[in-house]
Parts: sequence; C-alpha cells; structure tokens
Amino acid sequence: MEMKHRKLPTTKDMRPEEFKNNDYLLRMAEELNRDGAGIVLGTLDDLINWGRSNSVWSLALGTSCCAIEFMALGAARYDMARFGFEVTRNSPRQADLLMVLGTINYRMAPVLKRLYDQMAEPKYVIAVGGCTISGGPFRKSYYVVNGIDKIVPVDVYIPGCPPRPEALFYGMMQLQRKIKMERFLGKRDRNEVPQGLMENKEEKA
Amino acid sequence: MIQQVTEKIKQWCPQAEVETAGETVVSVPADKLEDVCRKLHDDTDEPMDYMRDLVGVDHGEGVLGVYYLLESTRTGGRVMLRAEAKGGEENPLLPSVCRIWKTAEIKEREAFDFFGIRFTGHPDMRRLFLREDWKGYPLRKDYDMDSNPLELTSEVNADVTEEFNLRPDGTLERRENVVFNPDDFVVNIGPQHPSTHGALRMRTSLEGETVKHIDPVLGYIHRGIEKMNESLTYPQTLAFTDRLDYLSAHQNRHALCMCIEQAAGIEVTERVQYIRTIMDELQRIASHLLFYSCLVMDMGALTPFFYGFREREMILDIFEETTGGRLIQNYNVIGGVQADIHPTFVQKVKEFTKHMREIIHEYHEIFTGSVIARNRLKQMGLLSREDAISLATTGGTGRASGWANDVRKHHPYALYDKVDFKEIVYTHGDSWDRYMVRMDEILESCAIIDQLIDNIPEGEFRVKVKPVLKLPEGVFTASVESSRGEFGVFLVSRGDKSPYRLHYRSTGLPLVHAMDTVCRGNKIADLIAIGGTLDFVIPDIDR
Ligand code: SF4
Repeated sequence: MEMKHRKLPTTKDMRPEEFKNNDYLLRMAEELNRDGAGIVLGTLDDLINWGRSNSVWSLALGTSCCAIEFMALGAARYDMARFGFEVTRNSPRQADLLMVLGTINYRMAPVLKRLYDQMAEPKYVIAVGGCTISGGPFRKSYYVVNGIDKIVPVDVYIPGCPPRPEALFYGMMQLQRKIKMERFLGKRDRNEVPQGLMENKEEKA
Repeated sequence: MIQQVTEKIKQWCPQAEVETAGETVVSVPADKLEDVCRKLHDDTDEPMDYMRDLVGVDHGEGVLGVYYLLESTRTGGRVMLRAEAKGGEENPLLPSVCRIWKTAEIKEREAFDFFGIRFTGHPDMRRLFLREDWKGYPLRKDYDMDSNPLELTSEVNADVTEEFNLRPDGTLERRENVVFNPDDFVVNIGPQHPSTHGALRMRTSLEGETVKHIDPVLGYIHRGIEKMNESLTYPQTLAFTDRLDYLSAHQNRHALCMCIEQAAGIEVTERVQYIRTIMDELQRIASHLLFYSCLVMDMGALTPFFYGFREREMILDIFEETTGGRLIQNYNVIGGVQADIHPTFVQKVKEFTKHMREIIHEYHEIFTGSVIARNRLKQMGLLSREDAISLATTGGTGRASGWANDVRKHHPYALYDKVDFKEIVYTHGDSWDRYMVRMDEILESCAIIDQLIDNIPEGEFRVKVKPVLKLPEGVFTASVESSRGEFGVFLVSRGDKSPYRLHYRSTGLPLVHAMDTVCRGNKIADLIAIGGTLDFVIPDIDR
C-alpha cells in the first residue's frame, strides 16, 4: 500500500518546496577551487576554514527580547555547542561574530559601532530579529535605528520577532557556509563602510 | 472611600476640582500641590505612602499636566491627582514631590525628558532616556519626528546636574549639583555587560571596594513606544505590551486588554478569565525560572542554569501549542484571547505542575543549600520596608522587605479573588529573601493553576469586538501583578480610535532607581548578584 504523504502546510510567503538550504553554494565553491586554487594554499584554506566555521565565538549584544531566545539556544534542549557556537565572549577583542539581538536605538548605535570597530578581523555580524533588520515593530519610532546595516555591515539576517531557535540555527549555519567559502590566506573582500552611512554622509555634506 | 479622600482634599484646598470622566481625578492647582501631597502622605487614617506612578500628559494648546497615582499601603485606597504646569510651553514648571516619595526622583526626570516639565526643588534635572544632547521633547504633541538625526558618536555624560528653585518673587534660581566629583573613582558598568540583563549602564563610584554611589544611565533600549501608541488603533497597541517586559508578556497584555475592555464596557466570558489567569501564572513560573537561571549564572554557577531552562522549555511548549509563540505570544486580545486552548492544554499543564513540584528540590539542592549562595546573598543589599515603599519597588523585591503589595491580593482582577493562595512575604529585605520569595512563588503559582485547571468552563473564547474601537472620553487605568511587580496601564482617551496618551507603569524603573540605595556600602563584587535579585528587565524600564 502506498504511504500517504502529510499535507504540506501552506504559507503566504514561501512554500516549503521552494526552500533551499544553500548547500549548493558549498558545492559550487568546491568546484571552483578544484580548478583554480593552488593546491597548498587551497587545501590549507579548507582546513583553516573548517576549523574557523566550527568554532565561531560570538559577542552576544543582547539588548532585548531576541536575546532570551539566544539564551534558550545555549541551554540543553537546543544546545548550540553541537555547532561550535557555545563560547560567547563578553569582550569584542576575543570574538569573531557580533550577534546583534534586539532593538538598537539612537543611544545604543554608537556603542554598537564601537564594539564592531573593536573586534579583530576576520569578523562577522548577524542581525537577529525584525528590530535589527528594519526597526521591526518600532520602525516608526523617533529613537529606533531602522536596520543596523546603516551602521555596520551585516553578513546574515535572521527574520522573526523573535526568530525561533531553529531559525537562529539556520542563520548561524548560513554564516558557517559563508566562512567555509572564503579565502582566508589572502585578501578578504569586504565592504567596510556600509552603504547607508555613505548616503548619510553625502547628504550632510 | 474615594469620596472621603476627595472631601479631605477639598478641605485642604478648596480650589480642587473633581473630574469623573472615566476614573475620578482630583485636579489641584500647582501652588497647592506640594501641600496637598504632603498632607495626603502624612494622613493618619489613610496615609498615601505609595506613589504608584507619575505621568506627564500634553493636554494640547500649550497646557502640560502631570497625573499622580497614589495608594495607601495601609488600606489599599487609591487616589489620582492632576496638576497643570505653570509657565506654558516655553517654561513649564511644577513643584517637585520627590521629598515626599523618593520614587518621584526618577519619575519626574522621565516627565522632564518627555515633556520638558521642570520640577522645582528636584535635585537632579537631567534627561533620563534620551541622549543628553537631544533636541526637543518627543511626547509633546507638536514634536517633529525627524528633528534629531542618527549620530554615531556618544555624547559626553555630564558630571554635574541642575536644580531649579522658585524665589519668592517668582523668578527662577538655578543651582548646580554634583553627581560625581573629579576625584571620585568611577567605574562604568554596561551598557554591553553580560550580567545587566539587557542594555543597562550604571556609573558607579567606589571608595576602595565599596560602592559609594550608583548613577544609572538609561535609555539604551528606549523605543518610544508611548509615542507610537498615539498613532495606532487600540487593537494595534496591544502588540507592544508583549515586547516591554517579555518575561511578563501575558500579564502586560492582560492589563492593557482589561483597561480597554473596562473603558469600552466589554464583558469577557468566564472561560476567558480562566484561560487568562492560568496563562498569567504559567508566565510567572517561566519568568521566575529564568530569574533563577540568570541569577546563578551571574554568580558563576552554570549547571543550575540548565535546570531552569529545562522546566522553562516545558512551559514554552505549552504556550506554543496554544498561542503559536514561545517567548512572545500575542495571545490576549480585546474581548478574549486569540485562539481557544489546545486540546492537550489541560493535561499538559497538569503534568507540568506535578513535575515542577517534584523537581524543585533539585534547584534547592544544587544552589540554595550551598555555602557560596548563602554567603553571597544573606545580609547583602538590604532594603528596608520604608525605603521599599518610598521607592515603590513593587513585586518580589518589595515583598522581601515585608511590604505586602501583591496586586492579585489587594486589588484582585480576573479570578484571583476566587482562588486560594498565600502572598509570600519575607522580612529581612536582603538578597536572600528576594531570592526565596521568587522560589516560593513558583509553588504558589502551581497551586493557583491546580485550582483552576480542572474547572475551565465551556464558552466563547472571544467576544465579538469591532476592529476599530472608540473609547469614551476620560482617564482609565488598570494594573496587574506581573512577574516582577505592579504593571499599570494609564490611558487618556479623547473619544478617538487611538489613545490620546497611553502610558505604562514600568515595573523595573523603580527597581533600577533603588540600586543606589540597595548597593551603597556593599562591595562592588556583590553588585551584580544584588542586581540579579532585584530582577529587572531593561526594555520594560526604557519603554
Ligand atoms: S525583533 Fe521582536 S523579539 Fe526581537 S528584539 Fe525586536 S521586538 Fe523583540
């Protein structure tokens, strides 16, 4: 007898069959590397990146609600240690990743910028929750920054209010993929000045 | 009861007027305000010794006013005063009442920050939430929302502050007060600090290892919720309440729904009352479990953190099945709740309370009994009952100092007058008692749930309410016991579909304000543990 499939849930935004895990990116990078990269450096890169991507130390800048879901990630049920994320550092000097968890407002913005500047390269930023992406529910407020990408460059956005722990994992694993694809020995290509800021400056001038 | 108080005020001040649109408000002229407040506070029969809140309102046409919400801890009687600032929009002035109620120190700074009302006699007229170089007062009706661009450098925090006093001839005298002397040793804690539970900053001056003075710098998570409320319809405003104190999401939203329902004359069903009460208590347990986890982690113990989260996840599962949300549930709506309870709800809740009772001894074995916990919590961070009342530190913090202030007991709402529960009160007012209050409350909440869970009556889970709701004109309030104190809603309606002013009583603001009193004289190493036992959530403070 044929097994009946469970009906897939229907959502307004994205259908489950459209969901891509983005692992094709890794395969693509592998292919490219096979042809182009030097054997010694390329292999060394792979090794280093394997290590880097599985031991991302984060600076958790938890200002509000989203931070509590991040705490749940650290506890036994979700256990982010499985992916090498369990070490959170409270000093920017020791962190690879800036997790921005929660609303960033006009008073906090300089602090966020400063923390980012204090981190050593290579560094990454994950924007967690609607607030950090666009201002979220507080978009119309006089005091809330409408998206932290106006202040620092962002590598991965995790939408939600707050995102579920699974969503956080998914986002963090996307970052791992990103790290794995990078060339560590050599120049990194990063946009140091975020676009929004440039625009602001021009406007002022 | 309220008549007696208004009669008294009328005797002291014949110009006082009683307004009865919505709730009774006694409006007092500004020059009589201090006198009336003093007399109310010192009254022998019904001393109004607890100031619940102080709320600024822009009445329009250049009239700025302040509402004073008072309560007597002896009788539970409440009264609301109103005063209008003198001097119009340019230079609004009101006498300060911070010598009568200490909590006014911080609340008046809030009113100054939002409305620019200066309080004469207040020793510290600095901004509270907004940057010190901010231009304008955002909660005034004519505030230009784009008047302050995003700056990427922090302002310099001044070490001096201003005080204004009225000379007998009506002119203003400005005095400079010192927050920190140049030779004070000031340590900056926060805003990015793992143990401040959010973006809180405290400038702390030390004498050797001993804390001399704490100056909390707030506003690192100020979101301008109260201003945004004014341009939203009533059902839309609900969404923000969950995000204030996200560990009291249900209770906060319960308060706002209650307030709007009261004002609109909507009657919710018995079933809704049951569901709301049970959810509130589950939320309280979840919050206290997180309190435990965070406190022990701040003190350097990691294993108990996992214990707390283990049981908390069980509650979150129950929440998720019924409401669809784990942390933020958006469950209460005007007229009921969003969706009916899940078919397995009753059974799961029963399993949970049983489990919680059986497992809580593990919490005590691993932490409560340990020598380190005792030494670091007992006799630390003392807060006397008088100070607790004057500083308006409600919730577990006040109850640990012997102040019985549980709203569920003294002003019951929902089903709290039908259930049998103990109000947990301790008397020493130290960190240890604050910790124990919360641990005991977990079991009390289980007891409340157990009395209700088997009797949830059949009925509608939601009554039909128009999507665009207009409330009658007037002032409306509601308060609930949230996980960490009295959460209040203060609503001024002008008959429109959005509130004219919607203010929330923050449970955490008085707690952070109390840090200075509580920590003074203690070692800096204990500051974090003391802060942990006060149990504040920063987004609720900053709003
Ligand atoms: S995105 Fe939502 S949950 Fe996250 S910080 Fe903002 S309001 Fe809170």
